[in-house]
Amino acid sequence: MKYLDEFRDPQKVKSLAASLQAITTRAWTIMEVCGGQTHSILRYGIDHLIPEKITLLHGPGCPVCVTPVEMVDLAVEIAKRPDVLFCSFGDMLRVPGSKEDLLGVKAAGADVRVVYSPLDALRLAEEHIEREVVFFAVGFETTAPANAMAVYQAAQKGITNFSILCSQVLVPPAMEAILSSGLNRVQGFLAAGHVCTVMGYRQYEPLAAKYQVPIVVTGFEPLDLLQGLLMCVRQLEAGRFVVQNQYSRSVRREGNRRAMEIIGEVFEITPRNWRGIGEIPESGLGLKDKYESFDARKKFHVNMPEVSGANSSCISGLVLQGVKKPFQCAAFGKTCTPEKPLGATMVSSEGACAAYYRYRLEK
Amino acid sequence: MAKVNDKFELSCPFPFTDYPSITIGHGGGGKLTSQLIEKIFRVFFANRYLDAGHDGAVLEIEGLKLAFTTDSFVVNPLFFPGGDIGSLSVIGTCNDLAMCGARPLYLSCGMILEEGLGTETLSRITCSMKKAAGEVAVQIVTGDTKVVDRGKGDSVFINTSGIGLIEHGRMVGPAAIKPGDAIILSGDVGRHGVAVLAQREGLQFETSLVSDVAHLTPAVLSLFAAGLEVHCLRDLTRGGLATSLVELAEAAGADLVVEESRIAVSEPVQGACEMLGLDPFYVANEGRFVVLLPQSQAEKALSLLKAKEVSAEAAIIGAVSSSASGRGRAVLKTPYGVERLLDRLSGEQLPRIC
Repeated sequence: MKYLDEFRDPQKVKSLAASLQAITTRAWTIMEVCGGQTHSILRYGIDHLIPEKITLLHGPGCPVCVTPVEMVDLAVEIAKRPDVLFCSFGDMLRVPGSKEDLLGVKAAGADVRVVYSPLDALRLAEEHIEREVVFFAVGFETTAPANAMAVYQAAQKGITNFSILCSQVLVPPAMEAILSSGLNRVQGFLAAGHVCTVMGYRQYEPLAAKYQVPIVVTGFEPLDLLQGLLMCVRQLEAGRFVVQNQYSRSVRREGNRRAMEIIGEVFEITPRNWRGIGEIPESGLGLKDKYESFDARKKFHVNMPEVSGANSSCISGLVLQGVKKPFQCAAFGKTCTPEKPLGATMVSSEGACAAYYRYRLEK
Repeated sequence: MAKVNDKFELSCPFPFTDYPSITIGHGGGGKLTSQLIEKIFRVFFANRYLDAGHDGAVLEIEGLKLAFTTDSFVVNPLFFPGGDIGSLSVIGTCNDLAMCGARPLYLSCGMILEEGLGTETLSRITCSMKKAAGEVAVQIVTGDTKVVDRGKGDSVFINTSGIGLIEHGRMVGPAAIKPGDAIILSGDVGRHGVAVLAQREGLQFETSLVSDVAHLTPAVLSLFAAGLEVHCLRDLTRGGLATSLVELAEAAGADLVVEESRIAVSEPVQGACEMLGLDPFYVANEGRFVVLLPQSQAEKALSLLKAKEVSAEAAIIGAVSSSASGRGRAVLKTPYGVERLLDRLSGEQLPRIC
């Protein structure tokens, strides 16, 4: 793992941490947007290596965490149909709906399968022409190209027993929702490197200017995160607020053109409900009319169920907005654990609560 | 007038579980499995042997000390790089006996076969069992066969139980762990789980991934033969290194502190885990174990282990310290000098690997 070891080198990590210490004169609050970054920060203990003056807030960039309860309920309803073979990424299986999770539905006899790619689900559709194969298309801009490609290929091949339950979300509108909120404490962002690999970072430039926050496109390894923080703090200390690219080994300003083309071919921008945050305009992707025959909701004539009040003791919405830390929740580690989660931030391996539960000594 | 007893007491209360039915995660060897054991099996079966929380029971019969254990094997695919369900079913049970400090002697073999299974496949599996038993001079002395309807089983399930002889006076188990003990790991981790997953899912990697399935008996017995004061042994099967360390820490009521930089993970395993989003410390092994013994004997143990092929890459990865709270924890020191907690695997990381 030579390529990876280079980005985990203990000496370089320590030297970057020292540089960060040297340039930090004031208190700053910085949000890492992506759950993968949160996971790395806690796994490697990056938050213990940075100056005490810097507060890291964990952002909403965990697709499993922000998928609304009613969408999970919809998935459960569709998965229960005897004619359906329901495919999902593994993480979604344990996300609690209002009554059940997909794992429980599977145990009760539904055909629920874990796949690693939507194209695997498409292959299952080709192999089981007598069944309706549904893929739970959850994710940010990172999963959108592959999900779009699965629908596109299904259309090209004339596969009619394949559909997706679409819960695609977009990062920049969520960042804007946080910045425009009265509760906002974020002064700078580490933007999600993988999302920018697909989409580029042009969309962030107006955000940085309008809200006067530095945004640094950042990777996921310890050196990436420390370098991203260094670039962000340097801007904050100098009173600058532009978009910078730390993750230049993967990210170009204009993004991945072919990936964006396939997204544009299949999807259109829609409003989307975020778990714990609420509806954010223009923050999701839905299938274009031309591909509506691949929309599981239309195919099975199911509507979003009404969900009565989320669990009152769970503060995952505030955690997702960076207003509260997992430790500040009374249920954390007591009535809420990864085995019996109250909210999605405890379920997903990328969720902030799960990361704290798993890696932190204080419990 | 007859006295009405309004205090109706269940003599055998139905135990509480979090899930109303069994999910695949209950078989993962992590927290859900341990909940199942604590909330159902131990409630009904409770006895001092089971309460020891070890890989097998140590029984004293007329002055003889015997180890007794059982294991069931449901691996899919049946044949994987480095082994198959047959070799696994013999080696897995022998290793559990070895973890009690015993020399494996006799095994039973229960076969649950699905209608339609090829007899040639069954022969290959059985031949592989014979070979694996021969490697440690174990005999398979009793057995049973059941056949289930097509669709009611997954070609072959195997159960083996084993009896081994304990030829030393030591009590080996979590209760014997003491602060100051060294923690030795017998080799790199994560090979078995990743090899099985890659084979099942048809994942292609540039380098070959081979299971580490191997007998641990010769390596373990060499420690006892040298008179070393072995406190505890644990093979790192489902749930991997991390889950095993947590189980031992909790059972011993002491902190097990290990250094990340001393835990070896091979490049192919590391690469596959990065791609699949797995943590190699939680991936199953079938030929790796940890030894806990006094620090003063650690170097001697290390040289003995290195003389055996199965543990040639053994290393001291950490030490036991006393726990302030009395509740044992497994703590990982990262290469950056930061300490973090290891936790049990939640549910299932990889389905059906052993």
